Amino acid sequence: MMPIVLWTDALVFLLLAATAGAGLYIRRHEYLLASWRRVGESRAGMAALVVLLAFVAVGLLDSLHYRPRLADANGRPANGYGTEVRSVLDALLQPLRAATEKTYSAPLATHLYARETVELPDGTQARVFPRLKHGGAHLGDAEAEWGGDVAWRILRGLFFAVLAGLTFLLGAVHLAARHWAVGRSQAWRRMRRGETRFAWNAALLTAGLLLLLAGPAISLAGGYHVFGTDKVGQDVLYLTLKSIRTGLVIGTVTTLAMLPFAVALGIAAGYLGGWVDDVIQYLYTTLNSIPGVLLIAAAVLMVQVAIDTHPDWFATAAQRADARLLALCLILGVTSWTGLCRLLRAETLKLRELEYVQAAQAFGASAARIMGRHILPNVMHIVLIAVVMDFSGLVLAEAVLSYIGIGVDPSTISFGTMINTARLELAREPVVWWSLVAAFTFMFVLVLAANLFSDAVRDAFDPRLTGRRIAHSAQGQTA
Amino acid sequence: MLAYVIRRLFYAIPILIGVNLLTFTLFFVVNTPDDMARMQLGVKRVTPEAIEKWKAERGYDKPLLYNENAAGAARLTDTIFFEKSAKLFVFDFGRADDGRDIGHEIKTRMGPSLAIAVPTFLLGLFVTVSFALLLAFFRATNLDFWGVVLCVAMMSISSLFYIIGGQYLVSKVWHLVPISGYAGGLDAARFLLLPVLISVVAGIGSSTRWYRTIFLEEIGKDYVRTARAKGLSEAAVLFRHVLRNAMIPILTGVVVVIPLLFMGSLLVESFFGIPGLGSYTIDAINAQDFAVVRAMVFIGSVLYIVGLLLTDLSYTLVDPRVRLQ
Repeated sequence: MMPIVLWTDALVFLLLAATAGAGLYIRRHEYLLASWRRVGESRAGMAALVVLLAFVAVGLLDSLHYRPRLADANGRPANGYGTEVRSVLDALLQPLRAATEKTYSAPLATHLYARETVELPDGTQARVFPRLKHGGAHLGDAEAEWGGDVAWRILRGLFFAVLAGLTFLLGAVHLAARHWAVGRSQAWRRMRRGETRFAWNAALLTAGLLLLLAGPAISLAGGYHVFGTDKVGQDVLYLTLKSIRTGLVIGTVTTLAMLPFAVALGIAAGYLGGWVDDVIQYLYTTLNSIPGVLLIAAAVLMVQVAIDTHPDWFATAAQRADARLLALCLILGVTSWTGLCRLLRAETLKLRELEYVQAAQAFGASAARIMGRHILPNVMHIVLIAVVMDFSGLVLAEAVLSYIGIGVDPSTISFGTMINTARLELAREPVVWWSLVAAFTFMFVLVLAANLFSDAVRDAFDPRLTGRRIAHSAQGQTA
Repeated sequence: MLAYVIRRLFYAIPILIGVNLLTFTLFFVVNTPDDMARMQLGVKRVTPEAIEKWKAERGYDKPLLYNENAAGAARLTDTIFFEKSAKLFVFDFGRADDGRDIGHEIKTRMGPSLAIAVPTFLLGLFVTVSFALLLAFFRATNLDFWGVVLCVAMMSISSLFYIIGGQYLVSKVWHLVPISGYAGGLDAARFLLLPVLISVVAGIGSSTRWYRTIFLEEIGKDYVRTARAKGLSEAAVLFRHVLRNAMIPILTGVVVVIPLLFMGSLLVESFFGIPGLGSYTIDAINAQDFAVVRAMVFIGSVLYIVGLLLTDLSYTLVDPRVRLQ
């Protein structure tokens, strides 16, 4: 296979490296560590963090891309690589990916959603619900064995989940006991009662719940379509898992793209004042006065025209779709930097009158140095709050934009494209509800976790809650 | 005050010029009319003649900024920039790609848009402010806690879910109101009920939480303590003192969107098939009708600037200390 690094992959891993770097930096600085400890003390924050980490793990697995080697007619590897770009997640989910049916089937179904004309052994034809090719294919007599088999699989999944959870818990208690230098039963009691500094009980409980959900799901996925299949017979569980990466990329890469502008321009406008301030204010008032959706629409249409008229730029369809995803992130970044920029400008205006800045000026420090070394570290909490608060708004915005037709490429699997293709199916009889419910549920869990985590971060970093303005403008964008 | 308004209106001119230049760059420089023609006519196997014909029919065959072949003032006026962008300043929007007059379309579609947006806005404001006051009244109790939990959960739900779920439940399962469509006159109420309700519900989560924080911040201030020390009841403190003083931060967020109500809501209108400006914009985006998108961008910016001005004026109404000079 040939590894492929898509543009968004590169940015995702850049972001990961930056997070790791920031982590190392924070470790060495006690005053930063103190704020993060407050996040760890929040129960909702820790629970949300566990859920977010689970989503991020899926997203990262889905960001390692490669092109598989072509196979010749006998199945031996041949020269050259396929044009299809796959990810490690695809490889892990290969059974789900390959198990496509003809069309819709309900969750855990053994028969297709639509009737088909089949030829019976005696030569007559009949309209029946045919058996699925993969869902419940291991059952002999589907009607009789289905209930028992599903119950058995759920029990097996729960058993392994409990086993894994207990092993994990024992390990955690063991480590905690060594860390606190107390007995294991003592450590367990402390964790259970929440008498620890960090909200370990909430984190462990969330992890346990996730395991209890994942165990049966994995066990069932071996023989059924847990969330059913969509119109072209793709497994909906596979689609939802693939959507996670798109949501995460939109939520994080957008912020990454806008951050340098917002920070540099905001601080420069506030500190330098004069004509620089005028120009930057003019710039963001102008950008702000264009309705966000229309600016995004205009820019996305332009990108689409450029991509369509230059098909030779991209080697594979995945790279083309990725270019559009990246463009969408950049455009969303352009439309969303103004709020943070204005906040930073206002904060810098306050900071530049403080004694320590005046002292730096008296020492003859250059403007660039004062902005970089003295002001920037003191506005970082605003930046951090803005980053975590924007995330959930952006994930929600993606779905809306995809519905309007200015979101991700239709071939990119995302919550927005899933909802968009599934929404018309509510008109069918009986109702095809599963892909819609699956997409909305996953999106809800992701956004809820992000909201709870960002609240915890905001409370920890800003006792006076200056961050709520950003929250409000981020919400306004998605409405 | 009048002098202030006039000065603010003059400030608007450079901003509108900036908006215009930005859209002009996006629509004509980054993507030339040739690209657009190729896009509209189909990318493959399109003859240069067909492109020229498409451009000539829509007036895109002129030079971008400066026409060397014309004489006198026509050197500047007989260009794409003047014909397509500068004319927006006098609200002359020209024709859409399908040949219809954009100005006329906007006038006829404004009514349905406002019929949804205004009730949504008023009802939404009333509901969220009352709900937030309720939470602030019962602050630090279980009711407040679960209220905030409910708000966070509600703001984590996609607006698409509210629309799709509402349509499914109310119209398809309960058959209470039509799923979508629009009619003029009093008959419109039947069609407007559901979209208005859904938009209000979808906005409750984030707005309530935001107003609640504003109220709580006001409640912590000294004058509130004084009012309580005078012996005023908690209700009197909340309604007569806190609510009035919280108006400034609330107005900042609210007044600016009032003019933008004209633009309608993209999502709601297109889901409910209401022939307003929002669905007009979506149709234009899907049909890649750049003339309409350009016109809507310009109108949106004008309305936003008007909204900023109204915000400043509204401050003088709620707070006598604010003077505009």
